[in-house]
This record gives sequence, C-alpha cells and structure tokens, in this order.
Amino acid sequence: MSVAISAMHMSDGLVNAPTSVMFGVLAIAAVAFCAWRARSELDERTVPLAGLVAAFVFAVQMINFPILPGVSGHLLGGALAAILVGPYTGVLCIAIVLVVQSLLFADGGVTALGMNIANMALIGVAAGYSTAVVVYALVRRRHLERSIPALGLVGFISALVGTACAAMGFVIEYAIGGAAPTSLSAVAAYLLGTHVLIGIGEGVITAVTVMAVSRSRPDLVYLLRRSRTDAMAAA
Amino acid sequence: MTAALRRHWRFWAGFVVATLLIAGVVSYVASSSPDGLDSATLQGCQVVQTAEGEQLTGNCIAQHATEHAMSVSPLAEYTVFGHPGGVGMAGIIGAVVVLALAGGVFWLLARSRRSGS
Repeated sequence: MSVAISAMHMSDGLVNAPTSVMFGVLAIAAVAFCAWRARSELDERTVPLAGLVAAFVFAVQMINFPILPGVSGHLLGGALAAILVGPYTGVLCIAIVLVVQSLLFADGGVTALGMNIANMALIGVAAGYSTAVVVYALVRRRHLERSIPALGLVGFISALVGTACAAMGFVIEYAIGGAAPTSLSAVAAYLLGTHVLIGIGEGVITAVTVMAVSRSRPDLVYLLRRSRTDAMAAA
Repeated sequence: MTAALRRHWRFWAGFVVATLLIAGVVSYVASSSPDGLDSATLQGCQVVQTAEGEQLTGNCIAQHATEHAMSVSPLAEYTVFGHPGGVGMAGIIGAVVVLALAGGVFWLLARSRRSGS
C-alpha cells in the first residue's frame, strides 16, 4: 500500500464515514452561526484587515518548523486571527483557509474538512480567544494595556493554549470514529506533547504579529477595540 | 501625503509584503518532516522507499489514509503541475485566492449589516 506523506491536517479515511459526516454538519452549522455573528465585528475599516489576516494565516501555515528530530509543526492561527479581527470573523478566516487548502492544494482531506474546521477553526479560536480575554483582563488590572510586550504575552499564552486544545479535537474524533490500531491514550499523549512544542512556535509567531499590528494600528486590533468599548460603556 | 496617511499606507504595504514573502520565499525553507498530527498517525509504522514510492510497513493510523480527492489539482501538495520547485508560486497563488475569497465574504457580511438585515 502506498501512501503519500502529506504535510498538515487530517487526511481522508483516518476516521469513519458517520463521524466525518457528523463533524461536517456541525462545521457547516457553526460556520453559518459565525457568519451571522461576524457582521457585528465587520465594517468598512476592518474588512481589509480581516481579509489580509486570512491570507497571512494561509502563508504562515505553509511554514513547517522543526520541533523534534523528524517532526515538524506549523501555525494553526486561531488565536492570532481572533485577537486581531474578532472570534467570529476569526473562525471564518481559518475555515476559508482550510477550504482553499483542501480543494486547491489537496492539503487536508475533503471528507475530513468538517473535523479540520472543528479542530483548528472552532476549538482553536474558542480556546485561544477565551484565554486571550482572561490574560488581557489580568494585563489591564496591572495597567499594562498600553504595553506592547504585555500584548505579546497575551498572544503567546493564548496561542499555546489554543494549539494544545485543537490537537485534543483530533483525540475526540479518533475516540468516536477512529479506524485504526493505535491506543487512544498513546495518541492523546503523543499529540499533547508535540502540540505543546508546536504551540510554543505558534505562540512566538502570534506574539510577534500581534505586537507589530498593535504598535502601528492599535485602533484595528479587535481585542483592544472591544475592551475600549466596554470601558466607555462602563463610564 | 500627511504623516498619518503615510503611516497607514506603510502598515498595509508591510502586511501585504510580509504575506507574499512568507508564501513565496520563506516557504522554500519550510521543514518537510511530517507535522505533529502526521507523525502521530505514523506511530507504529516504518516509511520505506521503494520503486513505487513511499510505502508504510507495520501497523499505524496513516495506513487508513486514502488518496486525496483533489490530488488531480494542478496545485496539489503546493506544487505547480507536480513541480515541487513551484512551491513559492503555489503559495502566492493561494494567498491571493484566500485574500479574494475572504475579502469578498467579509465585504458582503459588512454590507448586509449596513443594509439593516
């Protein structure tokens, strides 16, 4: 049996058909909900940044960096997109990247698209963005919200958490419909270990990008805009 | 041009140039080792080079992977018509396609809100 070793994402056939269909339906429903909610995050000023963030995530996902001998990793981008353009728009950014990768570049299976969207777009953004909100609240309590390094720290921690949680998405799907011999606990332990290392790389890329955008255009960064609106509403 | 306008212009130009450089140039030095997920699915298998290409021996998840439905795409596996040297071109095409698609979707969503629906 010959199998091409492709980089990135789940291939077709790793998980049985009913599970793939279930996650496909879940992904379509969740993306539709996010599209509806994303309208309140998007206006003429933020649309260009949102489009560019999606293209940037696509580009950076091509860059696999070594984490262990013979093992690499790449950015998933959920925390990065959510911090810059908002969680609902962030889900759409990652989902669009995954669709283009699967259909145009044969990267990530077509039947696995629902699961890849669930892991990297939904879980990655939900875990990454909620971590960012919590860490940013701590940063503000220390009156460091104008500190660029503090924003970098917010990006680093939320990306690390988002990546580790996204990998656990695969464990859930494998537990439900995995079609193969490896034990669940062995898969879970291996994935968590490698994705903490990948998460450190993802954290560095996210921190550098968030700091760069916050330094030149803080008015465009969703996490900062949202907190400013909250502060005005509270005043 | 005012200073503020120049700064804005520099921000957008910088973002676009960084994206194109990463997709078109840095992509050539990306690691070709399997990533964390792929290597997890390869646990238990050995990859052997044979006349027909790479084969897996042993017992692992990746043996269940099937041929990709879109492997006929001219850009499959980030090549251009199968030439791996085209990874930079494939990356730039992909980034432009994602920008157009995402920009279009987000513009429509922003507009649908403005029209009060």
